[in-house]
Amino acid sequence: MTEERNTYIVRCGEVALKGQNKPYFERMLVERIKKVLKKFEGIEVKRVEGLIFVKTPADLSKDLVLKNVGRVFGVDSISPAVEIDISEGDAEAILDRIGHAAVEYMQKLIEEKGVKTFKIDAKRANKQFPVESPQIGRIIGAKVLIGCKVLSVDVHHPDCVLFVSVRRGLAYVYEQKVAGFGGLPLGTNGKGLVLLSGGIDSPVAAFMMAKRGMWIDAVHFHSYPYTSDRAWEKVQDLAKIVSQYCGRIRIHSINLLPIQEEIVRNCPEEETTILVRRFMMKIAERVARETDCLMLITGENLGQVASQTAEALVVTDASVQMPVMRPLIAMDKVDIMKIAREIDTYETSILPYEDCCTVFLPKHPATKPKLQRILESESRLDCETLIGAALENRETVTIYPED
Amino acid sequence: MFVYLDNSSTTRQHDCVTDLMVKMMRDDFGNPSSLHRMGVTAEKALKSARKQTALSLGVGENEIYFTSGGTEGDNTAVFGAWEAGKRAGKKILTSAVEHPAVLEACRRLERLGAQVVYLGVDREGRIDLQQLKDELTEDVILITVMHVNNELGTVQPLEEIGKLKREAEKRWGTRILFHTDAVQSYGKGPVETDRWGVDILSVSGHKIHGPKGIGALYIRSGVHIPSLVWGGGQEKGFRSGTENMPAIAGLGLAAEITVEGREERIARLRELKARLLSGIEDSLPDVRVNSPLGEDCSPSILNVSFSGCRGEVLLHMLEQKDIYVSTGSACSSHKKGSHVLSAVRLPDEAVEGAVRFSLSEYNTEEQIDFAVKELAAAVESQRKLRSAFGKKKR
Repeated sequence: MTEERNTYIVRCGEVALKGQNKPYFERMLVERIKKVLKKFEGIEVKRVEGLIFVKTPADLSKDLVLKNVGRVFGVDSISPAVEIDISEGDAEAILDRIGHAAVEYMQKLIEEKGVKTFKIDAKRANKQFPVESPQIGRIIGAKVLIGCKVLSVDVHHPDCVLFVSVRRGLAYVYEQKVAGFGGLPLGTNGKGLVLLSGGIDSPVAAFMMAKRGMWIDAVHFHSYPYTSDRAWEKVQDLAKIVSQYCGRIRIHSINLLPIQEEIVRNCPEEETTILVRRFMMKIAERVARETDCLMLITGENLGQVASQTAEALVVTDASVQMPVMRPLIAMDKVDIMKIAREIDTYETSILPYEDCCTVFLPKHPATKPKLQRILESESRLDCETLIGAALENRETVTIYPED
Repeated sequence: MFVYLDNSSTTRQHDCVTDLMVKMMRDDFGNPSSLHRMGVTAEKALKSARKQTALSLGVGENEIYFTSGGTEGDNTAVFGAWEAGKRAGKKILTSAVEHPAVLEACRRLERLGAQVVYLGVDREGRIDLQQLKDELTEDVILITVMHVNNELGTVQPLEEIGKLKREAEKRWGTRILFHTDAVQSYGKGPVETDRWGVDILSVSGHKIHGPKGIGALYIRSGVHIPSLVWGGGQEKGFRSGTENMPAIAGLGLAAEITVEGREERIARLRELKARLLSGIEDSLPDVRVNSPLGEDCSPSILNVSFSGCRGEVLLHMLEQKDIYVSTGSACSSHKKGSHVLSAVRLPDEAVEGAVRFSLSEYNTEEQIDFAVKELAAAVESQRKLRSAFGKKKR
């Protein structure tokens, strides 16, 4: 047995499909895992034959490690495992040692969870090992039965499946496969700018893009003094939660009120919301260009509100050149809420503060706006000057994940 | 210019109060229950604060108990009166415009079997005395009505309530406890527990330029209600918990300060309030004064609705100019409105556009004039925008 260290097997999911890029993605993933565990001492992260092994001091809580590593995008699953040194001895002695470890492991499981039935799932990853996988399974299974009198084998519905993995020089015994989020490691897919409101949707949109390996920055629009400072506080709180997954987020906060006032004074009431959204997109596009973001991200969802009907989305989308990612476009609200609860943004999102869009809500918003008409209304405004002024007065705040 | 017009929400401590509290925290930090010298010093300070507080209320020192504030005082009174009286009767009379510290306690008692009548009020927030008289039946054990309403400034007719209470007691041969929440009136008018016939009265420190988290409860000697907080037996066993000495000392000093020059201070507050009101009425059309006028209203509270505006937006516009006010209205579609403004049946638009100004002795004429000017500009700009919205059609 190795010294007092805890071992975790971390499996890369999709990262493994990347072919030539596989080493690059694996390296990125190792970096991310190291970063997230930086706050703890004595951590070791290593790539071995397509898997990543994390070693921690024995007194570091398993739950803490699982929670932290589980948040790293690119991780498919994690298994807390027992590592056995099999560099010396013949096959029989090795299997003895593995058996011994397996028995100890099962005894602990019996104590903790009261398991009664089990099955062994053995794999010989090192093809040089003289005993084949099914045989390994039978041998270890027998040893466990002898060592743990209360257990019996059930190959169909066992209380627990004990995995045995025989590799080069080391073997592993584990029972859990804790699911991660999957996805791709942060930093492997450029940077995007999310339009972050205080609502339920935009944080989820940001999360989903980050999950595919994209860094996230954000732009937030407010209408102070028509919206309150508390709403801005809430947005920063939300960003803090999202940053736990996406890393550092820079938020650009922009006062939309002067633009809204101009729109109200010069354009038809029913077009207010669409016009405002187009300005938001244009401003976001500028910010994105300035900050090397490749695309915009919104939480738009088809049909959810008047400004997100198909026709309205067409008009909104036409306002910018940059690609706009809308990861929630085809999801149902309940599914969006489910993710929001999973990533812990839901409670903060639904707190009751107004956002800039609800401040000037037309009584009968246009649900099927025509681009031609909208462009005509827009032409009554000095868009360049308005956008320039809004950008000039922006406030930028950097949000770091908790240390 | 920093203009703070939200004194009914909280006040800035007098500097001398803050200094005293810091001294207590730094140097005289003993526990009054300790047997050694430091405890004795602390106990002396406790006695002195109690004396100052009692004097400011015109009551006996043995009738003052220190609490964590107005809310605890109200809770103690309501729950205590219930416990003491529930065998004799189950009915409680209160008003629809009480502070939540009273209302929520009453609602809790309803779940425990009490019958609570929330007396209606007129358009200016004054309780309906006829309804009170009619409801004063044999099984009433408690009347709890606040002295001054925090949102509108309405002064309730405590003396009349006291009279009706005594008549009822004589008629039915019962004992009715009379409690008043005097948090908003403390320091801004005389407290006359005997003339009003009030048995229990709650006040708090942070409305009289004293500290937050501290208050006092007056309980007429001879009146016995059970405690709310049990433990080591402080406050003659009535309110356990190590005394918050810095805050108690601060409260005592602030209480003492309210006594000196009270009449002049009140007159000055009335003047400033009048200046504010006339300034508003002279600069703006379509304003509705929700507070009662004259003596029926607190000298420091003025509640006004500005049509075509949202109170919270005015609040933020004013705060941009370093002027601080309050609203009783909801800010977004998610929050409920003020229960006081609904009880006086204020129309929705007026509720939405309501702003509360509450003054203190630290406000000046210059500040008032500045606030009026900025307020007028804010109201006009909001009204203009609102009227432009909806003008442009295809």
